[in-house]
Amino acid sequence: MDARVLNEVNYPATSWGPPQTVSGGDNPVDVSVENVVRTFGVTPALHGVSLEIESGELVALLGPSGSGKTTLLRILAGLDIPTAGRVLFDGEDALKLTVQQRNVGLVFQNYALFRHLTVLDNIGFGLRVRPWSRRPSRKEIRRRALELLDLVQLSGLEKRYPSQLSGGQRQRVAFARALAIEPRVLLLDEPFGALDAKVRRDLRRWLLEIHNKTGHTTVFVTHDQEEALELADRVVVMSEGRIEQIGTPDQVYDAPNSPFVFSFIGESSVLPVRVEQGKIWLDESPLDLPVGDTPNGPAKLFLRPHDVEVVDHAPGAISGVVSVLRRHAGLRRVDLEVGAERNRIEIELPADLSLNLARTVAFRPRRFRLYPVASQPPRS
Amino acid sequence: MTDAAIAPLLVSESRGSLVTTEKLPVRVILITVAVVFLVLFLLLPLAAVFVEAFRAGIGAYVAAITELDALAAIRLTLLVAAIAVPANIVFGLAASWVIAKFEFKGKSVLNTLIDLPFSVSPVISGLIYVLLFGAQGYFGPYLQSHGIQIIFALPGIVLATIFVTFPFVARELVPSMQEQGTQEEEAALSLGASGWKTFFKVTLPNIRWALLYGVVLCNARAMGEFGAVSVVSGHIRGKTNTMPLHVEILYNEYSFAAAFAVASLLALLALITLVIKIGLEWRYADQIAASRRH
Repeated sequence: MDARVLNEVNYPATSWGPPQTVSGGDNPVDVSVENVVRTFGVTPALHGVSLEIESGELVALLGPSGSGKTTLLRILAGLDIPTAGRVLFDGEDALKLTVQQRNVGLVFQNYALFRHLTVLDNIGFGLRVRPWSRRPSRKEIRRRALELLDLVQLSGLEKRYPSQLSGGQRQRVAFARALAIEPRVLLLDEPFGALDAKVRRDLRRWLLEIHNKTGHTTVFVTHDQEEALELADRVVVMSEGRIEQIGTPDQVYDAPNSPFVFSFIGESSVLPVRVEQGKIWLDESPLDLPVGDTPNGPAKLFLRPHDVEVVDHAPGAISGVVSVLRRHAGLRRVDLEVGAERNRIEIELPADLSLNLARTVAFRPRRFRLYPVASQPPRS
Repeated sequence: MTDAAIAPLLVSESRGSLVTTEKLPVRVILITVAVVFLVLFLLLPLAAVFVEAFRAGIGAYVAAITELDALAAIRLTLLVAAIAVPANIVFGLAASWVIAKFEFKGKSVLNTLIDLPFSVSPVISGLIYVLLFGAQGYFGPYLQSHGIQIIFALPGIVLATIFVTFPFVARELVPSMQEQGTQEEEAALSLGASGWKTFFKVTLPNIRWALLYGVVLCNARAMGEFGAVSVVSGHIRGKTNTMPLHVEILYNEYSFAAAFAVASLLALLALITLVIKIGLEWRYADQIAASRRH
């Protein structure tokens, strides 16, 4: 893996202290979550979640608030204990280890920097609190902290206090602090959630670079699907304490396995349809689209607004009346009222296409998913 | 930023101050009321204490505070504060830690109990200890048969002082700790710090100013407490008289100059603690601001 080569270039073996400490970069662990259940009182937060994370992988836990993603991250960190189930680091039972013994690097949304310490002391904290026998010398701690400060591109700010830094800088310090203990796993809780859009974009790119350099097994929690798709090797989509789908960004975007995943990741438009006689029916006319193995009965047709092509009133296309037109960057967003029920769906068309309100437009989705309406069983 | 961009801000600011500022007569009246009140109720009495103390001359003043009973009272007061304040620091830290950082049943009860000394008259606080440990009290016969004296002795005075002053530290710390949340502690734990190290290296530095204020207030009250101590001390001159009690005895014996001389010492203690507090605030203004802003 390229990352490993880079890693060795950036961390000469001599710079990383006593060999008894495990460096995540040199020896990333795989993490295994088996049937983890967590209930708070009577409220279940996680209903039997299982997940395999390979060493060196960058995995996103993606879901709306209340989906249990943060609870899962806290269980991995050792800050929360599952009601049932197992967590393994490299096959070793992690639940038997305390937070301190787990040796994970934690980064919080609100940075959680030690406000009474300078940037340099923040980064060196994890080394300074080590038991005397494993603690590097003062000089060594300072040297490593400065090295990490350089890695996060903040050289020269070592004497500042956290309150004197911008949000993006604080989060970089938090990363450096977490990396200083040579963690076995990096756990990031909405790491860019408190930052504004531009800084967030820059830090995403920066995080990828750092991950490629250091090669830590990294799990990050986010509710921002764009962030998850852009950063992660694999995305774990969660909802109401369950894992809905695990897959590469391409898999979860192109082949979402449930209406929830389809609508949560990326933009989507939904059209109620009916499956009968091997065809998809919109009102009384059949659509010229393959049914696949969807059973007969009511169904929902999900499509991506940008993934459509306009056709000339060909039979079998979806047609609707333009009700709203909005310019959106290089495209035009069009709200169509479709069918007898006048269901509103949104599609995106080239901006140079001349359109008027109340005109009828026919289109065909290039890709779509069909979900039987009964496919989402009611949940307790 | 260009001047043109700043200009609208300035306009809106000055307009804003017009809206939020009262008219001149109103301001004058409000300020006068506040100043008169301060002078009448705070500065004048304080000045009176010192004027009365030195009325009979410096010689009499020195004699009054170097008299054996006065010295004994000063010693006792310092001793009681030296025991009660550390005890309440430990209690206040533990209680506020528990209240601010954990969720458990009975938390609101504990929170209310801490305020109990504020709502109970100090005289009653003293009486409670007499009822418990006095000769006729619940544990009186047992204590007497083992030769332990609590009431009318140092232990009783210390107990009463601790009871009366125990809310001060906790009350300062709870809001400060709650405001800080638990994330910094969680970060410290994940970085490998033990519970104690986390407390001493993360929690304590973050609350040091609140703790200091709490200690200053607690100390002032511990030295100045009258009611509860009066009930349990027995007013034995040279033995169980604290400074406030000594002032009262002197006053009742019409030794006004001596009474005010000792009182001036108490007032001086209060002034010194205030000066220390202001000095620290001034010296560490940067750090205080930094820890608040973050």
